[in-house]
Amino acid sequence: MIPEIGTFALILALLLAVTQAVLPLVGAQRGNLTWMAVARPAAWGQFTFTLIAYLCLVYAFLTNDFTVINVASNSYSNLPAFYRVTATWGSHEGSLLFWSLILAVWTIAVATFSRTLPEEMVARVLGVMGLISIGFLSLLLITSSPFLRQFPGPVEGSDLNPLLQDWGMIIHPPMLYMGYVGFAVVFSFAVAALLSGRLDAAWARWSRPWATVAWAFLTLGVVLGSWWAYRELGWGGWWFWDPVENASFMPWLAGTALIHSLAVAEKRGAFKAWTVLLALMTFSLSLLGTFLVRSGVLSSVHAFAVDPQRGAYILGFMLLVVGGSLALFAWRAPRMVAGGAFTWFSRESLLLANNVVMVASVAAVLLGTLYPLFIDALGMGKLSVGPPYFNAVFVPLISPALFLMGVGPLMRWKGDSVPDVLQRLKWALGIAVATGLLLPLTMEGYKPWAVLGLGLSSWIALTVLIAFRERVKTAGQLSNLPRAFWGMHMAHLGLAIGVAGITMVANYEQELDVRMNVGDQAQMAGYTLTFMGVQQYAGANFAATRGTVIVKEGNAEPFTLYPEKRVYNRSGSVMTEAAVRPSLSSDLYVSLGEPLNEELSTWAVRLYYKPFINWLWIGALFMVVGGFLAASDRRYRIGAKARAPAGPAAQGA
Amino acid sequence: MKRWLPLVFFMVLVGFFTKGLFLNPREVPSPFIGKAAPTFSLPVVGDAQKAFSPADMKGQVWMLNVWAPWCVSCKVEHKLLMALAESRTAPPIVGLNWKDKTREAQELLARTGNPYVAVPDDLSGRVGIDWGVTGTPETYVIDRNGIVRLKHVGPIDMDIWQNKFVPKLKELGA
Repeated sequence: MIPEIGTFALILALLLAVTQAVLPLVGAQRGNLTWMAVARPAAWGQFTFTLIAYLCLVYAFLTNDFTVINVASNSYSNLPAFYRVTATWGSHEGSLLFWSLILAVWTIAVATFSRTLPEEMVARVLGVMGLISIGFLSLLLITSSPFLRQFPGPVEGSDLNPLLQDWGMIIHPPMLYMGYVGFAVVFSFAVAALLSGRLDAAWARWSRPWATVAWAFLTLGVVLGSWWAYRELGWGGWWFWDPVENASFMPWLAGTALIHSLAVAEKRGAFKAWTVLLALMTFSLSLLGTFLVRSGVLSSVHAFAVDPQRGAYILGFMLLVVGGSLALFAWRAPRMVAGGAFTWFSRESLLLANNVVMVASVAAVLLGTLYPLFIDALGMGKLSVGPPYFNAVFVPLISPALFLMGVGPLMRWKGDSVPDVLQRLKWALGIAVATGLLLPLTMEGYKPWAVLGLGLSSWIALTVLIAFRERVKTAGQLSNLPRAFWGMHMAHLGLAIGVAGITMVANYEQELDVRMNVGDQAQMAGYTLTFMGVQQYAGANFAATRGTVIVKEGNAEPFTLYPEKRVYNRSGSVMTEAAVRPSLSSDLYVSLGEPLNEELSTWAVRLYYKPFINWLWIGALFMVVGGFLAASDRRYRIGAKARAPAGPAAQGA
Repeated sequence: MKRWLPLVFFMVLVGFFTKGLFLNPREVPSPFIGKAAPTFSLPVVGDAQKAFSPADMKGQVWMLNVWAPWCVSCKVEHKLLMALAESRTAPPIVGLNWKDKTREAQELLARTGNPYVAVPDDLSGRVGIDWGVTGTPETYVIDRNGIVRLKHVGPIDMDIWQNKFVPKLKELGA
């Protein structure tokens, strides 16, 4: 009964989405206020029914209703209740419903926080969001219902994929979807502006906080995915350039370009066409990710079950949304007037250069991701593109952007003088070059990539310090600085920390595959590891073999690591649970390989030493906090009409 | 014209995606297609005294199905293989039992039915490497002269059977 209510609620949500899309959009075009006023209540209704549908699915999972096919194939009665709730977004159908729910959440957020916007704009934005909801809700109802039943139901379900039974996986998808779908808001603002033909600084100011919040969520989502892969896959890697990872990374790169370009559009009225295009592109890349993961056109470790019918449906939907918006863009582009003028050496020109680099990086990642498909479709054979391509292309592309990132925030709008900027930055430049050249001397092996990475990282960090010093001089004290300033520099500092971590782990990690008998010792990076054998124990839904490894470093107190190998009862899948000893300067990572004899006394053991890997996660966290801080700046809260003065450097002509 | 470029670029991508929907990225062409099937001699599950070799099948069209008791998608495929074997619409199927470390194959086949004419036991996975097996299940079609004619990666369903195997088998005169 409950699952049928779920289906029914989905149908009602779809009907309300149609109302939310059609009436306000037509009303805005005709200037009919009554029709425009439908947008907000329809959005609330759509949210309510999508939520009901989602709760029905949660209920089916919690009560182990195995007549529901989705529950039978993704859950199991011994699965802890916690994971039964998260299993709702572990499958293709469930995650689509979750996508729709998050879209509905963003929609009511727009409906609530848009009181200061013109009614016509609100109607158009909610209308476009309604169109996107129609696409997803009908996809759910037509090809991917999570509420399909089978009679008689199986006695037992076939368990949630053990890889997903991890708390990193619990929060990763919601954050990622918050990011993807958040860009749907920015997309809708862009389309609404194109429809109305009014692309001005006000449009950029309305979009900006939404873009920044979406970007912060996406950052969190991407980095949680990476953190999960690091801990859960047992390979010690944190980024694999897998198509699905790339699918989340491309919107992130485009979104990063977008939030910077929006700054120029808001402050200086320049780059309007470019900014709109980036807004369309960022959400299009999010949709592309959805398509790639669910259609089976690329092979990936994370892909959902492949179904060409679903793939065709999502492709058709993408054609309408992306193709339609790009056609609208081409049609309206001539109406966009150029903004304020600027010279080649100004904050605008540096942001533009940064944007070009970001978009080039997106193109490089897109090419590498889709290359196997292009070659296959052209009948030229089968191949795969691996990390060597991405590392070789991406690192040189992004390095100049990291350098410009240090200069840009310190420059004036419109134009600045080269000697002046050089004067302000010479100390930072000198220290950064010295750090890059000298710091690797203290490490094992002098590597050019380490010189570059550490140099750039310290360059960014030093310029952030200079920015604070200069601003405090004019503003008096730190607490007078606006949150946007804090947010931007925190995010930049976060990137500096992250770059340092990536540089260190990529250049100086150590890996050791050893055969260990009980009592055997291995040496790595100054640690002595002693293997003490394995024990068996039973978990809630798995049986585990737990190894004990005692680690000693110099005269310090020894500590113990417990790497595990788990066999999940229901599916029989074997999972490797690595044991990690984290610290600020390095991780020691031990994972249990295969037993090498019948008595289980000798094992293949993998040891990794990962210097500064935690800086990566810490840096990302700085970026996320910085994003939220910037989005909560006073000038967005006091509304669109009253504009607060935003510091001397921000004043446009 | 510049403003139409994003749309044009996107439409080209859509073209590729449309084509991509009809391709299977997991299917890697086997270098053995059109070449002689690698030979081997392995003990048979259930009777360690007897051995199986591809030479035993000479003169007839046959299929080699690579499976394992621990493989979940093989269990799905097993139902179809049973139906094919019972209705005699398929040529003889040999089931290469791949890396069966738990030694469950014999018991499993006794319980759920045996669609195979022989079940060679590739415990070490050596023969699988010779044949270029990338995972289970995989199915090969070998013609009367011992030449590999078709390779399918992943479980066979009715659709794949009708559209991929049946035409090839007809062509080979099975």
